[in-house]
Amino acid sequence: MAKPFIEFKKVSKSFGTLQVLDQVNLRIYAGEITSIIGKSGVGKSVLLKHIIGLLKPDSGQILINGKPLSEFSRAEWRDFKRSLSYMFQNNALFDSLTVFENIALPLVERTSMSQAAIREKVDYRIDQFELHEVRDRYPSQISGGMQKRVALARALVTEPTMILFDEPTTGLDPLRKNAVLNMIAHYQHEIGFTGVMVSHDIPDVFFISNRVAIIENKKIPFQGTPLELEQSDNEIVWQFIHGQEVLQDQLTGLDSRPEVEKLLKTLLSKVEKHEGIFTVALFSIDDLDEIKKGVGYIASQRIFQCLAMTLKNHLIQGEYAARFGSSDVLAVFPGSDKSRAEKVVEELAGECSRQELMDPAKYKKVCIDFSLKVGVVEVSSPIDFTALLTKARENLRVIAKMECKGVLSRK
Amino acid sequence: MQQEGLSNGFKITGFLNWLGNTTLKVIGELGAVAIFFLYGFVLIFSYPFQLRKIVQQVYFIGVKSFLIISLIGLFTGMVLGLQGYYTLVKFGSEGMLGVAVALSLIRELGPVLTALMVIGRAGSSIAAEIGIMRISEQIDALDTMDINPMRFLVSPRIAASIITFPLLTALFDVIGILGGYLTGVLLLGVNSGIFFNRIYDSVVAKDINGGFIKSFVFALVVSTICCYQGYFTHMRPGGFGAKGVSLATTSAVVISCVLVLVIDYVLTSFLL
Repeated sequence: MAKPFIEFKKVSKSFGTLQVLDQVNLRIYAGEITSIIGKSGVGKSVLLKHIIGLLKPDSGQILINGKPLSEFSRAEWRDFKRSLSYMFQNNALFDSLTVFENIALPLVERTSMSQAAIREKVDYRIDQFELHEVRDRYPSQISGGMQKRVALARALVTEPTMILFDEPTTGLDPLRKNAVLNMIAHYQHEIGFTGVMVSHDIPDVFFISNRVAIIENKKIPFQGTPLELEQSDNEIVWQFIHGQEVLQDQLTGLDSRPEVEKLLKTLLSKVEKHEGIFTVALFSIDDLDEIKKGVGYIASQRIFQCLAMTLKNHLIQGEYAARFGSSDVLAVFPGSDKSRAEKVVEELAGECSRQELMDPAKYKKVCIDFSLKVGVVEVSSPIDFTALLTKARENLRVIAKMECKGVLSRK
Repeated sequence: MQQEGLSNGFKITGFLNWLGNTTLKVIGELGAVAIFFLYGFVLIFSYPFQLRKIVQQVYFIGVKSFLIISLIGLFTGMVLGLQGYYTLVKFGSEGMLGVAVALSLIRELGPVLTALMVIGRAGSSIAAEIGIMRISEQIDALDTMDINPMRFLVSPRIAASIITFPLLTALFDVIGILGGYLTGVLLLGVNSGIFFNRIYDSVVAKDINGGFIKSFVFALVVSTICCYQGYFTHMRPGGFGAKGVSLATTSAVVISCVLVLVIDYVLTSFLL
């Protein structure tokens, strides 16, 4: 693999008694966008501020192109710093300068360019970011989205080789958020700068990132490409990419998937030793994705929640259920044979048919048929985990149905 | 008995602790201010010169204080003329009124009152402006752009203060003397020729130089303190955000005013 442009080696940082980074290792490659994600207040911005020298590590090293930052001469440090731009979380625009003056400031202060040349360069950026209308206004007179654009224009005007973005999308509405991410991706392609972005907009940032690093509990438990991220079985990573589902599961009272997977593995190994028996039931809502597209996200989530909560109500101590995919819930009945699971299925089917979500009259505008299916498998002989799931899917049968009766259905 | 002695002992060590800590803190702070000043002062002369910014600050600190300084100068002179006349007339020496007004203005009131007025008008806004730039990360932004915030924000203000304080003091003195003339000569009937002739005879270069030295020192102190308070808004304990800025502004004004009066005494005792 290529040599990293910036490398953190065992960097630790504390503020007073509060330790924020503990022996952090991080690699950032030239010409890529690296996203640093993590919960609020775990030290993402601290990481960024180390790169630009606003903070210095207590211990450990930061290498730039293989050379430790601490060994930089003044001139080298200045050259490096001049090749960077930093986009602050709250933009940090100079509020006593106009939009034009804000964008022009780094050029005016740092270069010996003529006024005409500066004006030309700044006007080019102003055109690019469609800011002519606010050219002579002050930052407090323009909208938040425009302020972001001004900040981005200011960051780009010096043609930096690297830009650090500190939560560029926080506090923006979804449309503006996409616009800002688009802008970053677009100019990264065009100019080819190295981007480091701190964010918690998951999964949006994955689409424009070449690499992702997760910071959690003072460390970086994962760094790699977004694809590697999706394939990772690290529990913290899983929580991050399935953030919304985790919230859903917490709302419905479902158990976490890694927990149930662990349980299944122990149960399977017990069965291998002929020490027990257990049953699984895979509940699946057919066409949940269709509902999400056609009717809406909320409807689809409510239907799923309804299934999960009803199911959870029928489980007794020692039985578990977790989400296995966007529309599937797997219930595990340790020590029970098929009859226990069938009983739960029967109760659930009865209760679900009475739910108002199963009433076609509720879907006045768009209605899409859906059905609740279940596949029950009793495990008494050795089988592996994937085969078990496949078998459950093969056994799926419909237990409840919502039919739109044709009239309103667009399907 | 022994316990009482012990608790007294604790009281004394507690006091000593407090005294030591406070002294160290004050000395540390003084050192920090001194370094802050030196750094800001030296950067005034770094190339390329920031003439434009200095002129802007001269306009803000100086030109915009023109009216208030004139007004205060006029009334100070007038009241001096009034009070001086009634005191001097008791000794039959109302002819000395011009000298009394001129000397008290040039040596004492001119520099001090000018400094106090500028603290109230410009000093507070310097502290507030730099403080807001600090809390909204604008100073960090300058730093990340490799623009030295000390050079960008502090140096022009120190330079502008050095230029404007003596000029404003001169303005104050002249208008004050005219105020004294107004009450003394026009209202109370002191002879106009005697009024000016006595000033001409008694005021020497040393008096004027002394006044200017004072105003020069005040310029350094006031601009440094106000910039310093704003610049380190985020470091003050117990106040963050807008509250921090308001505290910074308050202490900038209070500390500057107190220091101006203290330094005035010290300088006077050296200059006399």
